[in-house]
Amino acid sequence: MNLIALSVWDLILAAGLVVVLAALSWRLCLGVERRILVAALRGTVQLMLVGLVLKQLFAQANPVLIGLIVLVMWSAAGWEVQSRQKRRYTGPWGYGIGTFSLFLSSFSVTLLALLVIIQVEPWYQPRYLIPLLGMLLGNTMSGVAIALDQLTRQAWDARGCIEARLLLGATWEEAIADLRREALRSGLIPIVNAMAAAGLVSLPGMMTGQILAGSPPLEAAKYQLLILFLISAGTGLGAMAAVWIGSRRLFDDRQRLRLDRLTAARR
Amino acid sequence: MAGLRLDGLSTALLREVDLTLVAGERLFLSGASGSGKSLLLRAVADLDPHRGEVWLDELPRSRLTPPEWRRRVGLLPAESHWWAETVGEHWRAPTAGSPIEALLVALGFDVDVSNWAITRLSTGERQRLALARLLLNQPQALLLDEATANLDSVNRERVETMLEDYRAAHATAMLWVSHDPEQRVRLGGRRLVIRENRLEPEP
Repeated sequence: MNLIALSVWDLILAAGLVVVLAALSWRLCLGVERRILVAALRGTVQLMLVGLVLKQLFAQANPVLIGLIVLVMWSAAGWEVQSRQKRRYTGPWGYGIGTFSLFLSSFSVTLLALLVIIQVEPWYQPRYLIPLLGMLLGNTMSGVAIALDQLTRQAWDARGCIEARLLLGATWEEAIADLRREALRSGLIPIVNAMAAAGLVSLPGMMTGQILAGSPPLEAAKYQLLILFLISAGTGLGAMAAVWIGSRRLFDDRQRLRLDRLTAARR
Repeated sequence: MAGLRLDGLSTALLREVDLTLVAGERLFLSGASGSGKSLLLRAVADLDPHRGEVWLDELPRSRLTPPEWRRRVGLLPAESHWWAETVGEHWRAPTAGSPIEALLVALGFDVDVSNWAITRLSTGERQRLALARLLLNQPQALLLDEATANLDSVNRERVETMLEDYRAAHATAMLWVSHDPEQRVRLGGRRLVIRENRLEPEP
């Protein structure tokens, strides 16, 4: 491995580009300079912290500590899903649907990868578990958030059509079938597109990182493929779970459309 | 006894309605806008949460699945909604020799209307087609919310005739919300009005 270590000055130089971008935003009255700077700062602090924590973690492989980190990652992803909804579900469902779907998809796919595909020993070895789970949670999170947001927005707008179908004797599943399909589709399209364009348009982030860090390109490509497949499966699974639970929750036991189970629109 | 019976039905705007429509009875309901007429119909069709029970021909609603109930007690909303591209896609399970053609002709349509795009229909045409769509289920009771509000006199008469024929042929109980005092008197039958969260006989 011929890893060229980055110095603090290298990073400051790169950060300078972001500052220039913020300055341009301010000069052109785009109004996003604050957001850019805050996001850059957040990213810096978070990644540095994670780097420190992972350093400790890799040295010890303490299962309790690993469990704790996993819990933090998981709940942060669940929170992110919830905060990307225009209309959330009221009560514990708001946080619950997304978080549960993430658990179902990311965790099962990560376990499968660790136990069957990569065959890490022991399977919770943090060097593999944490980056894999992070990659999966991050991507599944987007899919679940988009699908759920699409479902609730559309249900709100199509209330008249959904109720018209119920009134003609359709079951709740028949009445929401179109919306479910649309929601799933929009949740899956980003990752499908990313898979199709991988390598041609851009080198995916992980592969770029690996190559820069000195891995042979073909090895990096294989890992990238693995990740892409896992992410697609995880996103699909998560979006399906979220859309199924979410659409069920839109109806009560008398098959009435219950939009009162969604909060008022935000933003 | 055959017919539709509302048993202690309460909505957000109505207190404890007890009301019986015998089979084949037509009952007109009126009241100021926002007084809760549509909410009452929605409650009978079990579209909103509410209290109370409804019986159809001595069968309580809770004994039927919601789709079964809504097929038997058909609600025609004031505004019709269409989800597919063409009219024909909205006919539920079209069978051979489907009665839809007879319904369409009786409502003044060409049979070809099934192939039309929804977007080229006027509000009145949609309203009439929504009635055909509903009657295809052969409901045993009808809840009509302003069934003729958007229609010219020719089409209003067509719809009234169709509903009267259907009621006579199937002994259908009919709860009809109408803003048109002339229509309520002309067609006759019991008339109730919602006033201060209660049902009263129309003076």
